[in-house]
Amino acid sequence: MDLSLFRPVEAAVTLSVIWLGLGAVGLALTRAPRVITDWAFPAGAAVALALAFTGLWAMNAAPSTAVLPAGLPDLPFHVRVDALSGFFLLLLGGVSFGISLFSAGYFRGAEAGAPGLLCLQYHVFLASMGFVLIADDAYLFMVAWESMALSSYFLVTAEHHDERNRKAGFIYLLVAHLGAISILLSFGVLHGGLGDYTFDALRRAELSAFWATIAFVLAFLGFGAKAGMLPLHVWLPEAHPAAPSPVSALMSGVMLKTAIYGMVRVIYDLIGGIRWEWGLTVLLFGAATSLFGVLFALMQHDLKRLLAYHSVENIGIILIGIGLSMVFLGSGHPVAAALALIAGLYHTLNHAVFKGLLFLGAGAILRATGLRNLNEMGGLIRYLPHTALYFLIGALAISALPPLNGFVSEWLTFQASLQAPLLESSVVRSLVPIVAAVLALSGALTGMCFVKVYGVAFLGQHRHELPEKPREASRWERAGMLWLAAACLALGLLPVFMIAQLNNVSQALIKAGLPDEAMASGWLWLVPTSSAQASYSPIVFLLVIAAVFALTYFVVRQIYHGRLRRADPWDCGFPAQTSRMEDTADGFGQPIRQIFAPVYLIRREIPRPEDPHPVFKQEVEDRHWAWMYSPIARLAEWLSGHVGRLQQGRISVYLLYSFLTLIALLMFVR
Amino acid sequence: MKQASGIVFQVLQSVLVVLIAPLVLGWVNQCRAWLQNRSGPGIWQPYKVLNKLFHKDAVLAHNASPLFRSTPYILFGCMWLAVGIVPVLATSLPFAPAADVIALVGLFALARVFASLAGMDIGTSFGTLGARREMMIGFLAEPAMLMTLFTASLISQSTSLVTIVETLAHREFVIYPSMAFAAVAFLMVLLAENARIPIDNPATHLELTMIHEAMILEYSARHLALIEWAASLKLTAYITIGIAIFVPWGIAQAGDWVALLVALGVLVAKLALAGAGLALLETVSAKMRIFRAPEFLGTAFLLATLGMLIHFLLEQ
Repeated sequence: MDLSLFRPVEAAVTLSVIWLGLGAVGLALTRAPRVITDWAFPAGAAVALALAFTGLWAMNAAPSTAVLPAGLPDLPFHVRVDALSGFFLLLLGGVSFGISLFSAGYFRGAEAGAPGLLCLQYHVFLASMGFVLIADDAYLFMVAWESMALSSYFLVTAEHHDERNRKAGFIYLLVAHLGAISILLSFGVLHGGLGDYTFDALRRAELSAFWATIAFVLAFLGFGAKAGMLPLHVWLPEAHPAAPSPVSALMSGVMLKTAIYGMVRVIYDLIGGIRWEWGLTVLLFGAATSLFGVLFALMQHDLKRLLAYHSVENIGIILIGIGLSMVFLGSGHPVAAALALIAGLYHTLNHAVFKGLLFLGAGAILRATGLRNLNEMGGLIRYLPHTALYFLIGALAISALPPLNGFVSEWLTFQASLQAPLLESSVVRSLVPIVAAVLALSGALTGMCFVKVYGVAFLGQHRHELPEKPREASRWERAGMLWLAAACLALGLLPVFMIAQLNNVSQALIKAGLPDEAMASGWLWLVPTSSAQASYSPIVFLLVIAAVFALTYFVVRQIYHGRLRRADPWDCGFPAQTSRMEDTADGFGQPIRQIFAPVYLIRREIPRPEDPHPVFKQEVEDRHWAWMYSPIARLAEWLSGHVGRLQQGRISVYLLYSFLTLIALLMFVR
Repeated sequence: MKQASGIVFQVLQSVLVVLIAPLVLGWVNQCRAWLQNRSGPGIWQPYKVLNKLFHKDAVLAHNASPLFRSTPYILFGCMWLAVGIVPVLATSLPFAPAADVIALVGLFALARVFASLAGMDIGTSFGTLGARREMMIGFLAEPAMLMTLFTASLISQSTSLVTIVETLAHREFVIYPSMAFAAVAFLMVLLAENARIPIDNPATHLELTMIHEAMILEYSARHLALIEWAASLKLTAYITIGIAIFVPWGIAQAGDWVALLVALGVLVAKLALAGAGLALLETVSAKMRIFRAPEFLGTAFLLATLGMLIHFLLEQ
């Protein structure tokens, strides 16, 4: 075999097929769960790692295409791997490596029923995401997209004994299909009646401005529904917590990113000719999504639900980056557009890494204590020191604190928004800073939210008597979390390497990249456009803090002393300290509930004064249900009620329908 | 040679600022005492307090985690880095490119998050109360601060503090309306972030009103000393950021020893004035109810954003 013929595209296809095979093997070995957890999941992790390297390779190689000997007779599957696909393959492989390692330990208890079935669904899910990323025709893309939706649906409803999980799965499937229809229609518009659905043909199709805008809107809504964009986000906080934790990590970390991939692929690559009005739309939706997501996250006390709302927020931040890039590109400023695009894509990767880590942490807590409600946790740092450390890294990263990775992408997004003076239209020019203000606000709110999570879950006193002492995560689980935590640190401390890679993506996609000066400033300094404009060096940052830490520690001991004694907490001299006196998660969010009261739909039940067993109840709900979804649901019910009259249940009536349909078709369609 | 003198300047500046930070606090307290017709403890009092605290044996709650013990050092490190970055005496220092204004705001946020986490670590009622309030102040103050700095960045086309200072210091004197808005917003943020009246009272230990003090209630001895020192560093850092952006004149270039002496004199004068102004402001205003604080900071945020919009609408 000629090795020069082996290109990234072959590697990616092979690895995805191996994933499919692993799933089948898992199904065949249902009776040997130990084999599945000890061998199938680690093997899946190895494939993931190989895929990550393939992605890295593809980002530095010319695009490679192939035609698969599969599909329908006259409609073969086309695949193609270019720099953009490569980046997302790197994301998929890199993140799912950690998650698969974690799964190997997590599914050992097999609380989710048959591990064989789970292994099949899990690996089909991974493989279909791989195929989404390498598809080069609308046909394969939609097939992969749908199998991704279906396999994840089964994973969401893995614990189907719980009614709520079934309901969450239904909402998820519904929104996923609405999104898929929208995407399909967008491909239909792009295709323009040429009869060829390869992406190459779609690229070549000449569209009028009107039809291009229609295609953009359809694609934006379709992929936005999958990404969890406002107001199509409602499935996300229901479905992500329902799945087993590693699957939640995969869905939040990776699956949402395939929607970002689809959005970038269709808008930048297939439609092309981006207009700044489109960018503004994306930008405003992104800003609204990010603020909304974090405000609702602050109201949650279910850890996984809270993390799901944070995914909504982060999708908003990614959309802000991409929207900015489209605004700049549409107004003819390719360098600023490249900066914003790189910021958006970098945040995509960062969010995948830290959200994966946080969901795995939530899984580790769930396994150790059986708890998902923050208000029942507390003091876990004493039992789960490793998980606590990894979770702290994830929490700091998502709060956009230097020197971790979340800060780098947020910093780049700010830098891109400060390029606003380049824009001609004064309306857009002043909208961009407002979006930056929203971004700053949601970043700061995220910090508050994760102080709440970490403080309530890991610190403080125990709130809940557990039947047994919580056990630290197993070695496999710790390895998975360690991998993602290390990635958070690496992407935060050495951002320059990944940005150089992303520059390749930007070059391939919009034929523009960062200026040479920015790329030539060395690995230590991160420079967006020129060093006079801004620079940031996370390593110097960390080194100075660490050096001062060590210096103070030793100097204080040299000059004075290091004597220490333990005592009861002081707390202004108040003797009885019970865990009931600590803030709960809801208590911590109370200022936000008060300040942003108009955003929420708050239902309160206040007991009557004479009630001998008073119960104070308060629920915070999403207004979107009331104004958008409930009316649509009522309309659908009303319509189906009327259409239902057609169903007579008698076969002769149905034959009559078929007969009438045939006549109509013969008359109108020749 | 230039490199070497730059590093000397850098070390000189950060050590100097770290050493004089308690003095700034002492000066503010002394001015306050004078304004309130008290004789006051003298401007060296903060050093005496620090010395006393370092001598004492640390007392730690039984359930304190390693996070609790390391937080004072982290806070001190963060604040040291902050004063190392802000061009206080001279520009073009070797550390300066390590962080721009956004990173500086991130650094303060990092310190705030660690302080709040430490406040929640023991699990006492006051600790969590303080942490919650501190984060509430923080989430409003942080974006306001960022918007203020963005206004200055847009004028000088750079988020690097050094470039901002050099652009603003070496231009003819023009009053930018946007900078006026930014200055008011910055002052409000400074008061809130440093736990001063009208948001918080640094002198209070009245249980229900404290914010910052409630958070650090469980700390003692050297840990408390480091936190107090870090707090005075933070105040100094904020004042010097304000000086750098709004009244940058008189700052030296790295390597210029004569200018450095001038800059030192100018800095002392500016700090003394700022401290006296702060004391005056604190004397004439009363502390707000805690739920008025969001309004106060919301105003700061809106003023800062308005300043940025004005820059786009009027000054381009």
